[in-house]
Amino acid sequence: MTPDLMEAGAERAARAHGLPYDSGSTESGGRAAGFGRVATPGEVDVTHGRILYLEDVSVSFDGFKAINKLSLDIAPGELRCIIGPNGAGKTTMMDIITGKTRPDEGTVFFGSTIDLLRHREADIAQLGIGRKFQKPTVFEHLTVFENLELALKTDKGVRASMLFRLDSAQSDRLAEVLETIHLADSVSRLAGNLSHGQKQWLEIGMLLMQDPKLLLLDEPVAGMTDEETARTAELFLTLKGKHSLMVVEHDMSFIRTISEIVTVLCDGSVLAQGTLDEVQADERVIEVYLGR
Amino acid sequence: MTTVTLPSKGPLLSGKGWTAFFVALIVVCAVAPVLNMWVPADSPLHMSDYAVALVGKIMCYAICALAMDLIWGYTGILSLGHGLFFALGGYLMGMYLMRQIGRDGNYKSDLPDFMVFLDWKELPWHWTFSGSFPLTLLMIVAVPGLIAFVFGFFAFRSRIKGVYFSIITQAMTFAAMLLFFRNETGFGGNNGFTDFKRILGVPIATQEMRMTLFALTGLTLLGFFLFAKWLIGSKFGRVLQAIRDAESRVMFSGYNPLPYKLTIWVISAVMCGVAGALYVPQVGIINPGEMSAANSIEIAIWAAVGGRATLIGPIIGAFIVNGAKSWLTVAYPEYWLYFLGALFIAVTLFLPNGIVGLVRKWLSKEKAPANAVPARPAVSDGREEAQRALAAAQGMEPESLHAPLGADVKGARA
Repeated sequence: MTPDLMEAGAERAARAHGLPYDSGSTESGGRAAGFGRVATPGEVDVTHGRILYLEDVSVSFDGFKAINKLSLDIAPGELRCIIGPNGAGKTTMMDIITGKTRPDEGTVFFGSTIDLLRHREADIAQLGIGRKFQKPTVFEHLTVFENLELALKTDKGVRASMLFRLDSAQSDRLAEVLETIHLADSVSRLAGNLSHGQKQWLEIGMLLMQDPKLLLLDEPVAGMTDEETARTAELFLTLKGKHSLMVVEHDMSFIRTISEIVTVLCDGSVLAQGTLDEVQADERVIEVYLGR
Repeated sequence: MTTVTLPSKGPLLSGKGWTAFFVALIVVCAVAPVLNMWVPADSPLHMSDYAVALVGKIMCYAICALAMDLIWGYTGILSLGHGLFFALGGYLMGMYLMRQIGRDGNYKSDLPDFMVFLDWKELPWHWTFSGSFPLTLLMIVAVPGLIAFVFGFFAFRSRIKGVYFSIITQAMTFAAMLLFFRNETGFGGNNGFTDFKRILGVPIATQEMRMTLFALTGLTLLGFFLFAKWLIGSKFGRVLQAIRDAESRVMFSGYNPLPYKLTIWVISAVMCGVAGALYVPQVGIINPGEMSAANSIEIAIWAAVGGRATLIGPIIGAFIVNGAKSWLTVAYPEYWLYFLGALFIAVTLFLPNGIVGLVRKWLSKEKAPANAVPARPAVSDGREEAQRALAAAQGMEPESLHAPLGADVKGARA
């Protein structure tokens, strides 16, 4: 039976019992989500309206609880900002999502079907989660062009790499990203010779080359000039909707420019969540930022 | 659509590169044989048998240095175990050569002399293939390759890196040396294999055979050089360099570094094995001394002196260091080791990019006397070289390449 027929049936049944029926554009994706669908392996299933779920995740290092019963979820196309004092577990959370750190307990799902705890870093990247590190991490001895080429979404096996040649669609994509990150006239420069801000941009460009569904950005505007920061905000706003973004940042004015919902992490769990004004007015948030 | 011009893939070698390559090819295959065999011995142009043996030997070393460069210079994994793969190739060739002696040994037996001496009645199992030349060639590739594969698989899967990996490879080589020293393992113990008589039925000590081996070594070196050049020029080569510079970024870009490391590690080991197999018939002896720690370290020194992450550098390094060695060990035998140590310290301190790095630095200074603007050189064949040279000129170490923008970092934070 097709989902359409099932939905029609559900509607009839509701009417027959005199119950209110809402075909369901609820936050969790409507009724379509509830009916039998074929799950395609490796494809992110966002019919439930969530691209990333973390539930009751805990991890401790030598007895120190870096993440403590953390639950968090992100909708497709959402731009979520994460703030929190140092040591709140922001980077550790990204480590868990990208497979670098195994949590002691809890579940981490990408879409409804992909259990991220069962994949390694490279697989998770191939599934569509891109990550930018706190410290800009680019391949210093390769040119800007080569950096982007390596990040390109393609077969990443050894043999494919040996025989790899850039086709015209890929070249166009590369040129497009070069324009986006304002490095078009630095194609042949060594990444190591770029300025700090340009490295940040290059790294963001490398993420875009992977065409990820979810981007995790750890302090993307650290060390950028005001102009670069403004441009980055612009870029993120254009990415919003097409990709889901999770941005960890300390720069409040930057967050104010881009944010819808802000999540405040503290001591490894969510302290508050809401718009920036809401969380800034929250007593507990003020206390962790100022009280210590 | 867009105005961006993307650099196109350069040729395997530049025009000058191919010229140099063919000159080397002609020297190895035509000039050297003529100078050695047909130019009379009293002519100043005559190439002595000693020179043939020396250069032949150094070319084997150069193959090792090239192999070391692939794994160390490009992938950032320092192996101190390449002496093992070299010795394995050598031993496999040695086993074949021992069988070729036939009944001409001291004991007039089918078995190699040392087995008769140990009172063995038949060949041990691992000598099964040693009677056949094609199978020996196969084993020369397969044995070092397989051992490297198994060792590398477990080491890389456990994410053993840096100095720990170096120490483990060194330990592995040392363990193998102890094993080969023992008589009962069937490798001739302390004395190893020597006294070879012929190869493929042809006497080994003739001038023709020496020259053939010499030319073959030269061809192998040039072939491996081209292969390495192709490998490094491909995206595979760039992934290797990316692993060296920022392995975590490679992983988060969707590459699993394990197969990459393993592939280059096995290729490197096989190259060393082939070098060892070419070495043994030319020097006429193989013993466990080839597995000593010093030998493996020396390979790394050749690569460092010539210049890591430049394919030509390690070959030059092997020639310079070994040329100096053969001169100094004759002229001032007691000072050789001091010289070697001093050389390594000097290169580490003053020439982080070796001799090739130094030459490139001079060249780029000549080309651009005012290189205050590190901007775009024309997109040409020499594009990458120019870029790298420029980076070298600026001190090269990745850490030092960060632009001085630290002041803004604090300002940007709330």
